[in-house]
Amino acid sequence: MTLTFLILVLIGLSALGFYIGRGRALNTVSGRVGDLHSLPSHYGFYVALWCGIPSLLIVAAWLILQPQLVEALVIADLPSAYRNLPASEFGLLLNDIRNLASGNVVSREADEALLAAAARLNRAHAIGSGAMWVVAIAAGIAGLTLARRWIAPQLRARNSVERTLLIILVISSTIAILTTVGIVLSLAFESVRFFAKVPLNEFLFGIQWSPQTAIRSDQVGASGSFGAIPLFTGTLLITLIAMLVAVPIGLMSAIYLSEYAVPRVRAVVKPLLEILAGVPTVVYGFFAAITVAPFIRGTGESLGLDVASESALAAGLVMGLMIIPFVSSLSDDVISAVPQSLREGSYGLGATQSETIKRVILPAALPGIIAAVLLAVSRAIGETMIVVMAAGLAANLTANPLEAVTTVTVQIVTLLVGDQEFDSAKTLAAFALGLVLFLITLSLNVVALRVVRRYREIYE
Amino acid sequence: MAAVEMEQPEEALDAKITGRGVNVFYGPKQAIFDVDIDIKEHQVTAFIGPSGCGKSTFLRCLNRMNDTIDICRVEGDIRIEGHDIYGKSVDVVQLRTRVGMVFQKPNPFPKSIYENVAYGPRIHGMVQNKAALDEVVEKSLIRAGLFDEIKDRLDQPGTGISGGQQQRLCIARAIAINPEVILMDEPCSALDPIATAKIEELIDDLRAQYTIVIVTHNMQQAARVSQKTAFFHLGELVEFDDTEQIFTNPSEERTQDYITGRFG
Repeated sequence: MTLTFLILVLIGLSALGFYIGRGRALNTVSGRVGDLHSLPSHYGFYVALWCGIPSLLIVAAWLILQPQLVEALVIADLPSAYRNLPASEFGLLLNDIRNLASGNVVSREADEALLAAAARLNRAHAIGSGAMWVVAIAAGIAGLTLARRWIAPQLRARNSVERTLLIILVISSTIAILTTVGIVLSLAFESVRFFAKVPLNEFLFGIQWSPQTAIRSDQVGASGSFGAIPLFTGTLLITLIAMLVAVPIGLMSAIYLSEYAVPRVRAVVKPLLEILAGVPTVVYGFFAAITVAPFIRGTGESLGLDVASESALAAGLVMGLMIIPFVSSLSDDVISAVPQSLREGSYGLGATQSETIKRVILPAALPGIIAAVLLAVSRAIGETMIVVMAAGLAANLTANPLEAVTTVTVQIVTLLVGDQEFDSAKTLAAFALGLVLFLITLSLNVVALRVVRRYREIYE
Repeated sequence: MAAVEMEQPEEALDAKITGRGVNVFYGPKQAIFDVDIDIKEHQVTAFIGPSGCGKSTFLRCLNRMNDTIDICRVEGDIRIEGHDIYGKSVDVVQLRTRVGMVFQKPNPFPKSIYENVAYGPRIHGMVQNKAALDEVVEKSLIRAGLFDEIKDRLDQPGTGISGGQQQRLCIARAIAINPEVILMDEPCSALDPIATAKIEELIDDLRAQYTIVIVTHNMQQAARVSQKTAFFHLGELVEFDDTEQIFTNPSEERTQDYITGRFG
């Protein structure tokens, strides 16, 4: 009798409650729906909610509390020799008891006391699960019966149901917000640990990035250096190249699509452009690494230029291609949102189509276009896969797009890949980088959303 | 504008705009049926009729505004001073500088008041320097009766003034490029009675210099501002005569029914 089955039973009970509640409501007024305060189905939902929500809450609470209670009971029954073990060994012992109970391999000879404890653990869990079934179903039936009894023509079932729905919706959105808060907090706590080892100003303003620290303090590079400036300039360089590609191409294709293209062309071209957005970034990554980077290096060599095989230019170009659909699709939306009356006003004064676009439509759509570009920038800054595959690992502080640079995201990946101890400055640096990256993209998004909101106010 | 000269119909000799056998289609649906009309210079001509009767559609043929609608097709012959405006050699941009338009909803550009009026003169290169442009803007605003109200805030957004002021701004914008004809598509339908009265007064003033065609839902307005009235019904031009004649002694029964409020 599994948990899923119990939940299905409770849902079934609620469904039954719906029909009982609806029938009961109709009975109390002998079928004259007009005498009821709410619709019959509201009474049905009223009973169903009273049946389902308390019982499901009980199941949830039970699942959280049962293991702790059961283990406390088992521990209390252990011989005192075991109970007085130091904390770390005691943890191992508990693990063994759990493994023993579920029939896994254990790390020590199982003596009498351990076997007894495992048996108690199993028995307690069985009793607990059984009790959960009984209590949950009892709660469901109790809720159903009580709610059915409360049904009367003047009961404001609709108001109760609506309020309950509201609460459920609020809880859902709170979960989403709390997740964000949790992510920020976990980043923040690890970053604080990092900044305890490396001073904040050294991290933010240092120009030397070499996170590899030697194991022994008498070796070369024992301290490592965590100046993040080369990473951020590398990120900015690649983002800049990407935007130089994406903004003109994306904007111009948006203008073509929204102003010039006849519906039939638009119906074909727009989805094709959006396919670009559907290509997995890892595919862009090897397109950059295998096709574009060698091409750029070959071209550079034939021109007598010294091009690194993992140049910022290659990564930036391909990232720009990836971002084109963002810019074009968002700009297309804002350009289409410019009222037709402005276009007609301009045509009515004898303006040509390109004059109208240049002097009326683009200025009117500018806030929206800026927002689109900002969103694209934050996307480019946070992009990982393309740069992992196509940008280098060397933290060069350079503005030359033909050299190899590295980015914040690449470094985070390399710092965390593989087996790492989680208390060295090297690993913790990844969290500090992540935090700064998050703050940058967050502020870009906030600015973009504000700009969009102001733009909306103009045309309402 | 080297339109092919053709023999002009006799009754059109003193007309600014002549339409002969005009049919308009939206896709397969016909919106205008075989309209003949002569619009005289320095007069206000009103188009009246119930909603959907084609009066706005016909108005928009006169500056080829319907070109912006893909499925719209215009047949027949429309001439301004004898030149076929649908001729192959006609540049629609030049046509629209001669035939200005004011729309139903005030549609100032999201620019300053000054820039709104300066828009036309700028794109057509009508002025050589800032001083000349200032003069054109000021003159147009004065002629639209708006200058005194907004002369201190020419640099503020054109979208920030009242609806009636916005509509007069749009009229100022239209006359800044010195057109010969001004088309007005229900210019007062989004305005309150006081703003409407101001626009009507303005229309009467502008008549001396321009030929004005106005579409209106409001029969009193047609009676007040126009010298000629055309009554459209179901895409046909039912009756076209002196305004006084139409409103006092119409010769068609449908016109009579409409102006006495029996339908529409």
